Amino acid sequence: MKFIIAIIKPFKLDEVREALSGLGVAGMTVSEVKGFGRQKGQTEIYRGAEYSTNMLPKVKLEIAASDDLAAQIVETIQQTASTEAIGDGKIFVLDLASAVRIRTGESGDMAL
Amino acid sequence: MIRKMISGMTAAGLSLGMASAAFAQAGPIKAPTAEQMATMVNKGDVAWMLVSAALVLMMSIPALALFYGGLVRTKNMLSVLMQVLMIVSVAALCWVCWGYSMAFTGGSPYVGGLSKAFLAGVSTSTYAATFSNNVYLPEYVYVIFQMTFACITPALIVGAFAERVKFTPLMIFTVLWLTLVYFPMAHMVWYFAGPDFLSDNTSDAGLIYGWGGLDFAGGTVVHINAGIAGLVGCLVIGKRLGFGKEATPPHSLTMTMIGASLLWVGWFGFNAGSGLEANAATSLAFINTFVATAAAAVAWSIVEQIKHGKPSMLGAASGAVAGLVAITPAAGYAAPMGAIILGLVVSPVCFFFVTTVKNALKYDDTLDVFGVHCIGGIVGAIGTAIVADPRLGGQGWVDYTVFPAKAGTYDLVGQIITQVKAVVLTLVLSGGVSAILFIALDKTIGLRPTEEAEREGLDINEHGERAYNM
Repeated sequence: MKFIIAIIKPFKLDEVREALSGLGVAGMTVSEVKGFGRQKGQTEIYRGAEYSTNMLPKVKLEIAASDDLAAQIVETIQQTASTEAIGDGKIFVLDLASAVRIRTGESGDMAL
Repeated sequence: MIRKMISGMTAAGLSLGMASAAFAQAGPIKAPTAEQMATMVNKGDVAWMLVSAALVLMMSIPALALFYGGLVRTKNMLSVLMQVLMIVSVAALCWVCWGYSMAFTGGSPYVGGLSKAFLAGVSTSTYAATFSNNVYLPEYVYVIFQMTFACITPALIVGAFAERVKFTPLMIFTVLWLTLVYFPMAHMVWYFAGPDFLSDNTSDAGLIYGWGGLDFAGGTVVHINAGIAGLVGCLVIGKRLGFGKEATPPHSLTMTMIGASLLWVGWFGFNAGSGLEANAATSLAFINTFVATAAAAVAWSIVEQIKHGKPSMLGAASGAVAGLVAITPAAGYAAPMGAIILGLVVSPVCFFFVTTVKNALKYDDTLDVFGVHCIGGIVGAIGTAIVADPRLGGQGWVDYTVFPAKAGTYDLVGQIITQVKAVVLTLVLSGGVSAILFIALDKTIGLRPTEEAEREGLDINEHGERAYNM
């Protein structure tokens, strides 16, 4: 099993979700996050006070997937979330040791 | 209130309201008795004035509270809302107990007496003068309308040291400042014996009224008064922890927009209500309030567009408030085009103060009470002398020392000097007394919360609750 973490631009979320549903991904966790990478920050000015915010808002997706589906998921996210501009985000893939469905106690691929 | 009212004076008193046809035929009655005054009350005036009073209350709660509250950080939101709500409540009680008497009874040019303390002698059969011969308001109407001004003025001050003041000392300050500064100022600027009585005793008026100072709705009494007190407070209390190092962006400019917009609406009661009647002069104050504000909002946005390349919502809202402040003393005296010019001028001046001057001098006037209210008030107070000049389309002033009242001769240079004197007196009185009060409170019970409480936020530490539980 693999655990996929993707950081993408917020406005790409719906598109990515739709594409992943098409692959048969049964669930994911989404959070609003802030961070920085190579994309430059923005400047906010409130009356005289100027703040440069180098933390930009992004969306983080967390998906647990079976080994055979993981590669397809990564490819789909990469293609759907790309705008070919700096700040499109990153995808990380981790090995997943185990998974348990709380309601039934099923584990492994059955729990995904 | 409101100095020498206009009342469409160009027609040399012709439009001065006469209470009834019977009086009009015989000419106005000098020094009418209470029984005669009872026949000189107009229901339209009464209705408008009560609505105006409610509008001015709305300017404090929720308008000012939201305008300020949106600009602080989440952890201090409730402290600002609570400070404004409680100052309004405390001020209302002070007003009826001794404030009204100190402001609006005769005595000296500096402050009134205590003959109407606890509203002694005020009843449904006593009356208050307006700005027209033989036109009266039930005295309760005047007490109520003026009460709302006493409520909002100390509430304006808290923005200057928001996010770093203890609640109880602030309430003590409010009571003392109202008593030692606001009530005397209101007396000096707005008290006079009334159009039907002043001619018999021309010295029965407040000091600045006697000088001929023009302040239609409270540029000196409300805005400069509160603005300088705020500056002194922020200097005595000191900067917020992390000022200039940590980012302190507004937590909700949506709230600020709601507050600023409600301020604009409420200000029609503040300015147009200050005519004390419902007539053509009232509509003039109304339109001036409308267009000066619009001009100031546009001007601030243009300045930001040029300076930063982006016009901000907060900037436009700040401009609108600066315009409202500037037109306040001039509302009944200017013509609409003069009001627009005042609005166009005030925004760049206030912008310069809240950005360049504040950053250069490094004082932490959290919500720019000094930069917008005091500076905007000074621009308005001095600008009033110019836009009120009849040669520039203004309404001039009305001489109530003669009976019946007639238009006074306008002396532009003399008027500017008088306005400057009134501004200086306000700055010295309010600045000086505020400094003494703030320092005394700081040395005794302390004005500032502990460092830990300030970092964690005033909401949880001063009030035991949080604005947002999500």
